[in-house]
Amino acid sequence: MALLEVENLEASYGAVRAVRGVSLSVAEGSIVALLGANGAGKSTTLKAICGSVRPNAGRIMLDGKSIGGLSPNQIVKRGVALVPEGRKIFKDLTVRENLAMGAYSRADKASIEDDYRVVFDLFPRLEERQRQLGGSLSGGEQQMLAIGRGLMARPRLLLLDEPSLGLAPIIISNIFEALRHINRERGTALLIVEQNAHVALRNAGFAYVLQVGRIVVEGPSEELRADKEIVESYMGARH
Amino acid sequence: MFGQLAMSGLATGSLYALTAVAVVVVFRNTRVINLAQGDFAMIAAFLGIVFLKDFQLNYFLMLPLVIVCSMLLGVLVERLVMRPIADTDWLTLFTATLGVYYILHGVAGWAWGRDTKAFPVTFDAKPVSILGTLVSEGHLVNMAWALGIGLILFLFFKYTKQGIAMRAVTDDPETAKLMGIPVRFIVMLTWAMAGFLAAFAGLLLAPILYVSPGMMDEVLIKGYVAAVFGGLYSIPGAILGALMIGVAENLAGGYLGAHFKTATAFAMIVLLLTFRPKGLFGIQARREI
Repeated sequence: MALLEVENLEASYGAVRAVRGVSLSVAEGSIVALLGANGAGKSTTLKAICGSVRPNAGRIMLDGKSIGGLSPNQIVKRGVALVPEGRKIFKDLTVRENLAMGAYSRADKASIEDDYRVVFDLFPRLEERQRQLGGSLSGGEQQMLAIGRGLMARPRLLLLDEPSLGLAPIIISNIFEALRHINRERGTALLIVEQNAHVALRNAGFAYVLQVGRIVVEGPSEELRADKEIVESYMGARH
Repeated sequence: MFGQLAMSGLATGSLYALTAVAVVVVFRNTRVINLAQGDFAMIAAFLGIVFLKDFQLNYFLMLPLVIVCSMLLGVLVERLVMRPIADTDWLTLFTATLGVYYILHGVAGWAWGRDTKAFPVTFDAKPVSILGTLVSEGHLVNMAWALGIGLILFLFFKYTKQGIAMRAVTDDPETAKLMGIPVRFIVMLTWAMAGFLAAFAGLLLAPILYVSPGMMDEVLIKGYVAAVFGGLYSIPGAILGALMIGVAENLAGGYLGAHFKTATAFAMIVLLLTFRPKGLFGIQARREI
């Protein structure tokens, strides 16, 4: 049984039927990419999984139990955390306070302290800046903070919405290196939504390609990489 | 004369700050301009009389009871009135608090009468000399209370999980929700804090203003004006605004005549909104609300 199992999910974003029957699964400890052009329904799929958009139809199962229709705060408690699109750092909170908010739903004080250590070891920049306001960080640092904040929930599944967006290539590779490290060391499964197919396929084990709310291609990243042209034809002429 | 007027102005201003800060705290987490904030304090003052006179409790037994009742009143208003309409536009929310204002006025008048009542604890006017300026002891006591409450709020917002979460909700409620922060609970907490501040505003102003259903009407407006000084978002801005209003109206009252006192607060807001419409420090809503 996979950690996350999405079956025939349908969901709307505003008046738009953005997701029209998506099925995907994320195995325990795996890295899965969800690719597609702008407006393909990637973000809405993630929003439905983390509870901020209510599905119209279909099932979302975590460990075989339905989490569809639960509130975001209940879903975070079950071990699914989100790194939102555009980082969404709390600008007027310090770096440390941002991290504390990632751990809001936890009560295990001692291990929360350990997890600050984990995040700071992963992103030493954040430790240097822990007393600074989130709004004062650079784009790359904000992405690190957004990932750190997600990790503070001690998730088994971390959802990442466009983590490479607007970042320089060197920063992108640092960030993905950190993500692979988390996956390897902590066994955290990652579901990464990306427009940057190149980066995503290099890091993920399995990938799905969405187009207009449906999955049109799926397979191990290796295979999709070999078939790059097919993938890119669905992604729009971006790369 | 100037020093004396300024000092007692600061003391009154620090009591206005209790209302101003409550207006800010509620507004920035809920988009609600709470017109009933003054009435929360008025109810607290009446409850103070009930506990002190009818139940013959001493002040420090009465205080926690009034605080708890006042916080409950805030929570009750949130649950029964504001939550069901939380997703509507600001004008609906604003009008609902006007409804609460009239209901609380009515309830107080019905339960305790419309006459002005003396508060059992009187304002201590005995002068004390501080740095060559004479100040009433009562004013010093009030300033000490306001300072203590300010310190409690500071510690709460800076060092407690719920306090930081309240700031996170101010910053970005959508993201706060995604991070697993129960935003509804935080909003409830916000109204409880409004009640907490109202308890002190009511009990500390009662000996000065005496107690009646309309006792807080002017203070509410001054508190609101002070909140606007901080752009409705900044707590330090609201406190500074409240202190400025307290001092300015006292100076105007002392030098120009008592009838200029209240007009001063209004003159200040007209000037402020003309020249600095985003608040004294330009700290304004950075996002559309």
